Amino acid sequence: MTEKQLPSEVAVREQRLGAITGYKGTVPHLVSKATSCSQKNSSRCFTQASSCNSGCAQNYLGEILDAVFVNHAPVGCSVDQIGSNTLNKWSEKARGWDNWQPRNIGFFNTNMTKEDTVFGATEKLEDTVREAYRRHKPGAIFVTTSCVSGIIGEDIKSALEELKEEIPIPLAPVFCEGFKTKVWASGFDAAFHAILSYIVKPPRQKTNKVNIFNFHASARVEITELFTRLGLEPVFMVAQCTIEQLSRMSEAAASMAICGSLSTYVENTLEQQYGVPSVKGLHPQGIAGFEGWLRGLGKVVGKEAEVEVLLAEEKAKYLPEIQELRQILQGRRAVIGMGPGFAHDYVRVLQEELGMEVVWATSWHFDQQFDSGASPDSALHLSEQKSNVPISVCDLQAFEMMNILHKLKPDIYLSRHGGTAGWAAKIGVASIMISDEYDVFGYRGLVKLGNRIQDALTNRSRERNLAKWLKLPYTAWWLEQNSFQFLEQEGE
Amino acid sequence: MSQYLEQVRHGCALGSLQSVLAINRAAPVLHAGQGCAAKLGGAIGANNGFHGSGYLGGTQIPCTNIGEAEVVFGGEERLEDIITHSLNIIDADLFVVLTGCVPEIVGDDAGEIARRFQRAGKPVVYAETGGFNGTNYVGHEIVIDAIIDQYLKPAAQTTPGLVNIWSVVPFQDAFWVGNLKEIEKLVRELGLTPNIIFGAGREGVAALDKVPAAQFNLLISPWVGLKNVQHLEEKFGTPYLHYPALPIGPTETGNFLRAVGIFANVDTEIIDEVIYQHEKEYYAYIESALEAIYQTRIVPNRFITVADSFYSLGIARFLVNDMGLIPEIQFVTDGVLPEYQEAIRAEFRKFNEGIEAQVEFSNDGGWVQEEIRRIELKGRPLILGSSWEKVFAKQVNGFQLSVSMPVGDRLVLNSFYAGYDGGLKLLEDIYSEIISNSQNP
Repeated sequence: MTEKQLPSEVAVREQRLGAITGYKGTVPHLVSKATSCSQKNSSRCFTQASSCNSGCAQNYLGEILDAVFVNHAPVGCSVDQIGSNTLNKWSEKARGWDNWQPRNIGFFNTNMTKEDTVFGATEKLEDTVREAYRRHKPGAIFVTTSCVSGIIGEDIKSALEELKEEIPIPLAPVFCEGFKTKVWASGFDAAFHAILSYIVKPPRQKTNKVNIFNFHASARVEITELFTRLGLEPVFMVAQCTIEQLSRMSEAAASMAICGSLSTYVENTLEQQYGVPSVKGLHPQGIAGFEGWLRGLGKVVGKEAEVEVLLAEEKAKYLPEIQELRQILQGRRAVIGMGPGFAHDYVRVLQEELGMEVVWATSWHFDQQFDSGASPDSALHLSEQKSNVPISVCDLQAFEMMNILHKLKPDIYLSRHGGTAGWAAKIGVASIMISDEYDVFGYRGLVKLGNRIQDALTNRSRERNLAKWLKLPYTAWWLEQNSFQFLEQEGE
Repeated sequence: MSQYLEQVRHGCALGSLQSVLAINRAAPVLHAGQGCAAKLGGAIGANNGFHGSGYLGGTQIPCTNIGEAEVVFGGEERLEDIITHSLNIIDADLFVVLTGCVPEIVGDDAGEIARRFQRAGKPVVYAETGGFNGTNYVGHEIVIDAIIDQYLKPAAQTTPGLVNIWSVVPFQDAFWVGNLKEIEKLVRELGLTPNIIFGAGREGVAALDKVPAAQFNLLISPWVGLKNVQHLEEKFGTPYLHYPALPIGPTETGNFLRAVGIFANVDTEIIDEVIYQHEKEYYAYIESALEAIYQTRIVPNRFITVADSFYSLGIARFLVNDMGLIPEIQFVTDGVLPEYQEAIRAEFRKFNEGIEAQVEFSNDGGWVQEEIRRIELKGRPLILGSSWEKVFAKQVNGFQLSVSMPVGDRLVLNSFYAGYDGGLKLLEDIYSEIISNSQNP
């Protein structure tokens, strides 16, 4: 396998994957366009604040154990690291390591001022990188860019090149200027691009390890047990990994992920560069996802028969309970608002596996094609099933979501990505935030989620009281309008 | 402001969007990147006492979500659209347009756009709060000045006894809701009518309308807000009283009540009676805690603050003047502008018994922690800082309480540290930390 030089930056998802943030229709229609990457994005003439790619890049890289970060930006661009630090402490503690001591993530900001926008600030950046190295002696330093550093044309690559002699660790630029993309998941690609370009080394030998790209690895015990029986060792990336561990991802037997939207770029690049096979198919949400995920792995590593034994065991163990839950939840109406992978996975799980009725599903963006060239499997699956669930794509536009919820008044709202769960509760709708990526992992996760939904639907006291006392910040006029009045597609 | 920062403890000027959210019926409208509000609100709000988005925060904030097109071609049209639709969609009485870094660099004239709406009689003001203009402490002042200039109208007459209260920066102070409520209560006890602008469920925009009619402006803050009260004096001729320390505990709160009372010509007997009743009650509680205070096995007699100037000064006054502790270095982390630093240093020299505290101004947490390691500590240190110090305190075997942003390890609803009851609350929290930390892992 000859290594190809990676380009200096990875293109944003609008350009690379035909990603869109504005659409209304159905999955079969969207997929019919997506397979030829021909669905036009529809913009909005009213918008609300959402999230940016730099947040995704910084938060994702922020949890690498021995890395330090420098954000070349005005101070506000770095405040998300306060939340990252809280999350990282939680995540490390949850690992249950022996003798674990809490630590703060190492994160610096170059504190760009107005003068810096006129005279440039690469010297300041170099000083900050030097100081970051002096204080922490990390395994690598990542330098994240910002709207300001991008617009004033800071040459970060050259600045870091100059420091190479002085600082004997990888110094990796991460290009994540917020204005360049509406799709914050582009930040994951920027983070992985930096890891692939500056951290990952060519393989010494192939191992039985499997790269699992995820967030906080809460199902690691369960997955490790399953994989051990297949003779494989999962490595959960990138949170709580060391730079050394990440440098070896090229040696793995396979790559897979909890969410295709997270891992499309890294999985594809590892496959292209180093021949690490990427496990294709559904992601492990619910029964079909779990089966597809493990069968995909079995196929790649030649353990198909062993996988079938595992699946049969899991099924026998949990199916009776799932059938009971199906009866209880049958026909309960749900609205979904999540990232694209999870949104379409949850439509499948709630409808096909828990017997609920999904009355609306919104994804925070949609990649028409992954880096492999295929459209996302979660969407393809719904398309094959001729799903008639009404869907939309919107980058967390709360006014649109609240209008939809206000009109549909579902029994429950399931969301992922903070920011909307409490708002649904304001109009009296039961609301569950899927904060952990493994919340509906396989059979066991399905039982757990089913129970959680049942509990939320059983005691409605909290939302009833909230709706009595709290008010949405929207005018009565807006709540009565067509939910998509401000979407270009609808205006045409 | 330090050259570079590790462990940020404040946002940028655009973080003042949280100050707008703190005014009931006011709505921020951002001309900024799509991620700015999530970052700033997530830090200044959600990870600082876990304050939620409230009525209109977080993902509900109208924003132009500047993209490549606006960077290249300018974003004025986009801003005009967003304001127009905000007026129809968002149920609010005042719309405050805040600019981020990008429109300021590419040269959008947000002011002109806002003025178009003002000329049409719409309740729109604008403020230039690009992140590189400074911290959200500075941004807070910029926003208040913008409201003074573009929204407030002169009052027909002064309302006797009406006092506008300007103090802690909403959300940046995790205990802002409770602190303002306690200050309101104390000022009312002097027979005055406090006018508090910030806080959910308060009058908000209607309270702003009353500002020009006040008898005086009361600023309780080391430096933030001084420009605003001076501006109000220039514009409406309203005098102001600048009280530099957040009053915590009996000594400082007594001083505060006297200062306010005398400034407002309140009868000294009334002032003395208010103070007497509070001190009597305060010391009854202290009497019941004497064993805790004197007999807890490990009681640090020295303390370090790593906090913004409100808390650093306020807590130091309380711990020295009421609790008899000795100050080690006090680290002030709010990026105090150079012109205010000497006055703040002087405040740290005004303790009982001629005690003085060394002050270091730095918002670089990594630097601060290196400096603390240099101090020859006498016993286990008591560190009153932020949740960044939680980890650090463990490393140096100290006791720690998060009081200054980020307060990322506590849910704060209406608790407070201001006043007599605030002092008691601070004692409860400090001793609870000492008692719990000494017996648990």
